Amino acid sequence: MDTQYGWLLNLICYLPLAGALLMIFFVDKESSRAVKLTATVVAAADFVLSLPLWFLYRTDGAEFQFATEAQWIPSVGVQYLFGVDGFSILLILLTTLLGFISVYSSFTAITHREKEYYIFLLLLQTGMIGVFCALDFVLFYVFWEVMLVPMYFLIGVWGGPRKLYAAIKFFLYTLVGSVLMLVGILALYFFNAGGVAAIGLTGLGNEATFSIPHLYTIASQIPPELQLWVFLAFFVGFAIKVPMFPFHTWLPDAHVEAPTAGSVILAGVLLKMGTYGFVRFSLPLLPDATVRAVPWIGALSIIAIVYGALVAMAQKDMKKLVAYSSVSHMGFVMLGMFALNDPGLRGAILQMLNHGVSTGALFLLVGIVYERRHNRLIAEYGGIAKVMPLYATFFLIITMSSIGLPTLNGFIGEFTILIGAFHHSWVWALFAASGIVLGAGYMLWLYQRVFFGELANEKNKDLADLNRREQWTLIPLIVLAFWVGLYPKPFFDRMRPTVDNVMKRVAVALPEAGIAAPGEASSDAPDVADHGDEAHPEPGE
Amino acid sequence: MSLADFVPFTPEIFLALAGFVVLIAGIPLGRRGARPAIVGAVAALALTAVLVLALGRPAAGPQQILGDMLVIDGLAVFFKLLVLAVSAAALLLSAGFIERSGYSSGEFSALVLFADLGMFVMASSANLATLYVGVELMALSVYILVGYFKLELKSNEGAVKYFVIGAASSAVLLYGISLVYGTTGSLDLETIRSSLAEVPHDNILLLVGIVLIAFAILFKVAAVPFHVWTPDAYEGAPTPVTAFISVAPKAAAFALFIRLFAGTFAGEVDSWGLVLWLACAATLVYGTLAAMTQDNVKRLLAYSSISHAGYTLMGVVAASDAGTWAVMVHMAVYALMNLGGFGVVILLESKGYADVRVDDFAGLARRHPGIAAAMLIFLLSLGGIPPTAGFMGKLYLWSALLGSGFVGLTVISVATSAASLYYYLRIVVQMYLREDGADAGAPVEPLRDRWAEAVIAGCALLTLAVGVWPAPLVSWAKTGLDALGLV
Repeated sequence: MDTQYGWLLNLICYLPLAGALLMIFFVDKESSRAVKLTATVVAAADFVLSLPLWFLYRTDGAEFQFATEAQWIPSVGVQYLFGVDGFSILLILLTTLLGFISVYSSFTAITHREKEYYIFLLLLQTGMIGVFCALDFVLFYVFWEVMLVPMYFLIGVWGGPRKLYAAIKFFLYTLVGSVLMLVGILALYFFNAGGVAAIGLTGLGNEATFSIPHLYTIASQIPPELQLWVFLAFFVGFAIKVPMFPFHTWLPDAHVEAPTAGSVILAGVLLKMGTYGFVRFSLPLLPDATVRAVPWIGALSIIAIVYGALVAMAQKDMKKLVAYSSVSHMGFVMLGMFALNDPGLRGAILQMLNHGVSTGALFLLVGIVYERRHNRLIAEYGGIAKVMPLYATFFLIITMSSIGLPTLNGFIGEFTILIGAFHHSWVWALFAASGIVLGAGYMLWLYQRVFFGELANEKNKDLADLNRREQWTLIPLIVLAFWVGLYPKPFFDRMRPTVDNVMKRVAVALPEAGIAAPGEASSDAPDVADHGDEAHPEPGE
Repeated sequence: MSLADFVPFTPEIFLALAGFVVLIAGIPLGRRGARPAIVGAVAALALTAVLVLALGRPAAGPQQILGDMLVIDGLAVFFKLLVLAVSAAALLLSAGFIERSGYSSGEFSALVLFADLGMFVMASSANLATLYVGVELMALSVYILVGYFKLELKSNEGAVKYFVIGAASSAVLLYGISLVYGTTGSLDLETIRSSLAEVPHDNILLLVGIVLIAFAILFKVAAVPFHVWTPDAYEGAPTPVTAFISVAPKAAAFALFIRLFAGTFAGEVDSWGLVLWLACAATLVYGTLAAMTQDNVKRLLAYSSISHAGYTLMGVVAASDAGTWAVMVHMAVYALMNLGGFGVVILLESKGYADVRVDDFAGLARRHPGIAAAMLIFLLSLGGIPPTAGFMGKLYLWSALLGSGFVGLTVISVATSAASLYYYLRIVVQMYLREDGADAGAPVEPLRDRWAEAVIAGCALLTLAVGVWPAPLVSWAKTGLDALGLV
């Protein structure tokens, strides 16, 4: 691990926590201006601080960079290990950007208990960044659970009418998953160390450690039986977070009841933690079980894609529609990932970012009309393109990004995933493609019903268009959508070392036939890139 | 036996004398309010701690004293200091409480000191006879403490139930001891351990004896099915006493568990392992389910403490040094969060005796953010959410349990741990998520009680500190393993 600039990562992670403490002790809760200013400055500073990660990350360097290594609980081998690779850097940048946007977009939406609200947002940000930085399993688990508490409060205090139900459902659902994950973590820990004689688990006798980079090195020695159990334990934790069908039922409740910023963070970052977990832990640590799980996860993902899209189409509430579209989109990510080939994984990682950008923006957009009308029913609207032209334009761009129109980010991600899925099996690609068609269907239908037609509803006659602040919450996301859509190479470059490493580690379990082995994948991938006419980096280079 | 043999016993002697002094001096002091006697008792506890560290600590390895009746080792020192800290905190919590009620504090403080003496003997016992004496001294003092508010019906009811069932459990303990004595011919723990190798393993009397002793200690830690006294005694006792008896006697009883079941009877694990496994699983499941339906906060915390006895028992079931270690870590952690939680209940107990309801917490975060934040920390810690100490306790317990191969019990406890958040969050919902005015009825105004507030703040900070930086606590707990000849 490369420890250069390790302090920077710690600073990025703990700055929001410091900001929250500062607010608790020194900012008067009656002074709404001071509260907003502090939160905005802290969130903006955190985003600015995270930018150097993008430039300083060396794609030819060590696997984990900006690392910190220290002892935490030496008696049981728990370390304080921080470090990132290109994959986590992309997610950290997404987190700091959405973190800033969610603070900045809440100024008028949140009118009571403002101080607590911004404190919880900042605490949440520390938790999320910590998850992406932690390279020790216990440390990871701590951050993973720490996030739950502020999110619980964001939904429960500032949410909609059924907030209490949604908050507790979110909390308990995710908690059940994560404690099972802890059991899986402990099983790996014992396997690496002394083993568990009572259940016939022979250990390797290494020094006890929860260090993930170390566990990578022993992954190939984990017996298939154990891999399966640990995979299942991890699967519950991650699949609930993603959420995969049939673990998705908490998501519509949480999304619909959460305040706008909460939904943005939930969709933009929290859902990514599930897929992050799969890429970071399940695939490289448990290659054998991963390969065995491919058909099952493929089937669940396909169900999620089609089912999520169909349910989204039937929704009357805009926010619920976007929430179910998340189920569908995350199904895409899972499908690409478990195609277990180079384009599939790259597409999945890119689509994680894309989903954060476009669904985050969609929630912001829905929140903007909700703030004006306190109503999200699609039937209440119609023809509002006439009164809110700028809003209609922004909404259109994001809709296009979400349904995968070329030149926008969604296209690159979905297309790359499709290539990966096709490499795995044409059936997968067929279903995935049908999901894209359905996605276009519900999004465009939504757009049509809300923006076109007669301006029938009196209440909509004098809706104000986007103000300056609202525009600026959306512009960064739109710029990002075009950037990824037109020139994704820098993104693919940064994730390449991660993808290569993960594929290399999964490769030990791949059968020669059927799924493309990594050697094949890298020789196939240039072909693949030729089929697509956008700027793929050459994976073989 | 020379006088020098008594030197390591000085802390106990001092504690006994201090108890009598506080008892007698409490009579004149009582006229000046509750605080002087309590200050005196806390000072005595502090001095005892100094004596334990200075004289009551083994020079090198476990040391048998007073004709092998007692032993001083890292395990005893750990639990003695824990008991002292808990008692001091409970006394500080009780100062305002007793003052408001008008009862005298001299006898109260003295009883706490006598109970501590009993727990000291329990933690140090090297002989089944001294063990029994310690248990009885502790138990008798605690029965009186539970019934201390003699004009309160609930206090009386709790004390009577506790006493009747407790007396039965003492009889069970004695019977168990007599069976073990009858089969091994000795009361000395070390002798029993070595002679167990010669007794045939199918000796039914020995097995019954061991299991009966286990039952008696399960009663002391309030494990299912020996828990029936707990909700009533915890609810009926004056709240500072509840804080005290939900932690200190439990810690001392777990010291016994370690000494007997990880030490003396460790070789007989086949005979008691299943019994404890069943008790542990039943305690976890029942404690968690029963807590879900409680509206009285003291009863809720009582069932929560039953379930925590279950979590701690997992360390005993693991029957390994990691398990023993985890028991100690979790007991220390549990002391912090439980004392703090009951401390907050004390502050809210302004409406009537033992009548704090879950909805009395409504809107607390807006009116008293500090108290609400502390309670939030305790509740999250009881639920095992990082970065609080409660998570570290559970991490050690689960790790020990899995390390011994108890996958089924781990899964049960993982499920109950997640489910327990449901009732801990009920209080959080009231504090933070309830808007004022949602329900009729005036909100409960917390009492001003500087001493209790200080204890709560200390517990909250330590709960967070141990959660973030557990290394000092866990390495201190590791010194207790020397009792088993492991360090």
